[in-house]
Amino acid sequence: MTTVEEQAKIQEQFKARMDENELLNCMRCGFCLPSCPTYIESGFKESHSPRGRIALMKAVVDGLFEPDDDFERSLDLCLGCRACEPVCPSGVNYGHLLEEARDIINQNKKHSLPARVVRKTVFEGLFPHQNRMRSLTGLLGFYQRSGLQTFARRIHFLGLLPENLATMEKVLPKVPTMKEMKNRPEHLPALGQQVHRVAFFSGCLMDTMFLKTNDATMKLLQLAGCEIVNPPSQTCCGALHGHSGEKSSAKELAKRNIAAFEDLQVDFIITNAGGCGAFLIEYDHLLKDDVEWKDRAKRFTEKIKDISEILVAVGFHEKVKLELPPQVITYQDSCHLKNVMKTESAPRILLQSIQGVKYQEMKDAGRCCGSAGIYNIIESESSMVMLDYKMTQVRATQATAIVTANPGCLLQMQLGIEKEGLSSKMRGVHIVDLLLEAVKQG
Amino acid sequence: MLSNEVKQKLINIVTEENFADSKTERLVYSYDATPNFQSLPDAVVSPRNTIEVSEIVKLCNEHKVPIVPRGSGTNLCAGTCPTQGGIVLLFKHMNKILEIDEENLTVTVQPGLITLDLINAVEEKGLFYPPDPSSMKISTIGGNINENSGGLRGLKYGVTRDYVIALEAVLPNGDLIRTGGKLAKDVAGYDLTRLLVGSEGTLGIITEATLKLIPIPEARKTMLVHYHDLAAAAKSVSKIIANKIIPATLEFLDQPTLKVVEDFARIGLPTDVEAVLLIEQDGPLEVVERDIKKIAEICQQEQAVSVKIAASETEADALRTARRAALSAVARLAPTTILEDATVPRSEIANMVKAINEITEKYQLTICTFGHAGDGNLHPTCATDSRNHEEMERVEKAFAEIFEKAIELGGTITGEHGVGEMKAPYLEWKLKKEGIAAMKAIKQAFDPNNIMNPGKVFAKETRKRVVVAR
Repeated sequence: MTTVEEQAKIQEQFKARMDENELLNCMRCGFCLPSCPTYIESGFKESHSPRGRIALMKAVVDGLFEPDDDFERSLDLCLGCRACEPVCPSGVNYGHLLEEARDIINQNKKHSLPARVVRKTVFEGLFPHQNRMRSLTGLLGFYQRSGLQTFARRIHFLGLLPENLATMEKVLPKVPTMKEMKNRPEHLPALGQQVHRVAFFSGCLMDTMFLKTNDATMKLLQLAGCEIVNPPSQTCCGALHGHSGEKSSAKELAKRNIAAFEDLQVDFIITNAGGCGAFLIEYDHLLKDDVEWKDRAKRFTEKIKDISEILVAVGFHEKVKLELPPQVITYQDSCHLKNVMKTESAPRILLQSIQGVKYQEMKDAGRCCGSAGIYNIIESESSMVMLDYKMTQVRATQATAIVTANPGCLLQMQLGIEKEGLSSKMRGVHIVDLLLEAVKQG
Repeated sequence: MLSNEVKQKLINIVTEENFADSKTERLVYSYDATPNFQSLPDAVVSPRNTIEVSEIVKLCNEHKVPIVPRGSGTNLCAGTCPTQGGIVLLFKHMNKILEIDEENLTVTVQPGLITLDLINAVEEKGLFYPPDPSSMKISTIGGNINENSGGLRGLKYGVTRDYVIALEAVLPNGDLIRTGGKLAKDVAGYDLTRLLVGSEGTLGIITEATLKLIPIPEARKTMLVHYHDLAAAAKSVSKIIANKIIPATLEFLDQPTLKVVEDFARIGLPTDVEAVLLIEQDGPLEVVERDIKKIAEICQQEQAVSVKIAASETEADALRTARRAALSAVARLAPTTILEDATVPRSEIANMVKAINEITEKYQLTICTFGHAGDGNLHPTCATDSRNHEEMERVEKAFAEIFEKAIELGGTITGEHGVGEMKAPYLEWKLKKEGIAAMKAIKQAFDPNNIMNPGKVFAKETRKRVVVAR
């Protein structure tokens, strides 16, 4: 519940901080409606559409309306997938409005004690500290390797967890050892003729739980003729913070990353997670009011590029033979990769150049799978509705591999496969892992 | 505010789940796509079938509660803004295709069906529903019928009205009527079907519609013609038609529009020319090819800079999609976009374009003009800022002059967007006192308590006519 005092504070902050021009830029044509997953899944409720949410935000700014619980619910239920942005002829930056609104609500609302503890642990105690991310992943590794996982499964301990979390536990990747996570390469040469010098943004979760995928990414970059720098002072991108109303922490992380990358003399900064890349590419917006940082942020963002974009740009798929055993594969867009980084065709070009496989586009591949950061944990019911729809489309393609380009999407796809009982005949795989497999067989 | 009694009765009809009156739910149905109109309804009600609609209407009539039927809220004349409160009626449950009749070439649908879903469903069967308003991906058939929507194919195929052949409607007293039928000929009494089409929700609530279909044209070709001179583009339009060619689509976009559309669509539209015509022809292949060739010749004679024929259907579709985004793309220029759809006989299109440019100049405004040049229906759209009161006064004067000019040229104040509340003050300019009186008499006969979308079509006061000194 939001108290009356909290409502008043939120309203005041909305008036002070929300970008009125951006709100007015929405001319309410409704072109966003068919693209919005929550609008569709809610049975066409305007309050769960981008146009509706913008109208609500504007009404709070205009003083027509107090930000009550229904209003917060409308914003909470938004996936933040930003599918409404590329289809908006007026060019409204919905994501920025949402982020600001969530930050205002979060900063002016007293969370319940358990929620406060969780938020503090996750946002301040964990993600910004790579050593702690390693420890936590290490703990998971201990759980997986020590026999504890087998034991927990045997005694049906997981039955005590909510269904999703229990399934989630099954789909987590086999994590690397502490030693592997600590010994990360800081510099790698190009293999063959060098065409670019690039930096690699390794990410927090990607460089622990999905370490294998990071290794594959670097391998592909080397093969594509890139010399790689991997600065150890880089940190979490801050996306989870930014999307959850923890903007000031996100800004601190942004500054640390800009500093870590700015003197490396590289052509590009490469990412392999759509969620991270999209946040990095908007650091200039995040720091737009910071005189000291805004230009540095701009230079940083101009270099951000997703792995599939650079591979296509250097003609990797034409130079290197890619082949896999006969199979049908399909691709699930990472919302932020597609809608914010505007990377849509490059992954498809790469997948279609693998010999031996049949690429089958699924219907609504660009619609959010419901992972959306931590949405699948906190809005699990809505997330599962999205996932069910997605799995129906996947099934129709007859694919045996769902390729993704972001760790959250990957886990969600694996969750979907597990939920549908398809784990014996279908797998979820990150695009770089599949490409490396294809290189090895090619 | 609804009385507790009415609220309870509404809940009894539609169940709790389909009744909403929280501030949030009321707020998100307080607007449509018309700038500067916003007003909260008292409640939002989503009936599941015709019987529920009839019960709701009876109840509202008895208690004199206004009813505003609403599709997807893409209305451009404030027609679905609940300016007098009451209930907003949604059709999200009534959105099915009931039947595609391949023997009679008709489709029967519920009002909440999305226009594009209808088009796609019939095209799968080799049939064609031509009306294609720019919002067709979002708009509902119920909304299209109530506004008598047009679209890009209006020139050759007509508008929504030309395809509605039967309706089921609930009248303001709760009576259920059926008009027309799957009939090519039907003169049994007054043509209530045509009366209800375009009635903007002021006479009753459409709960089912039967639409006429035609066989899908065998071939289609699309071309884009560039001009360095607005007048030359406009003259080409009249000349094509004078040459007895009726293209399926004949759209006009001026340079300011091209710039914003290209900014959004990024498909390589020219931004260094004064205007383009987007022209399409469909039909049997040899006819299409002959017409396209002839059109190209005419355009070249009229000083076209270049004529480009789309190489593929994908390219053609990108051009059409870009054109459909024009209105919203203009919103990139300024916080408020005010658009009109003054329409003139197609022979007057060059005069109208010229007049719009002079008026824009006179009032020092930014007006982007695009529209369905082939059927004389233009959309001059002003990019402005509603917070700038001085400029808004100039905008209003400019549009009044545009209306005046359109009427002077034998045209009308609205071709396809409807009167709603926005253009109500100008309706008398077009219809004269006697025309308004005849329409009011119809409204009074259908809806004596004035519960159906009150405040729309008929204004409290007619705007004073401007004296145009030119």
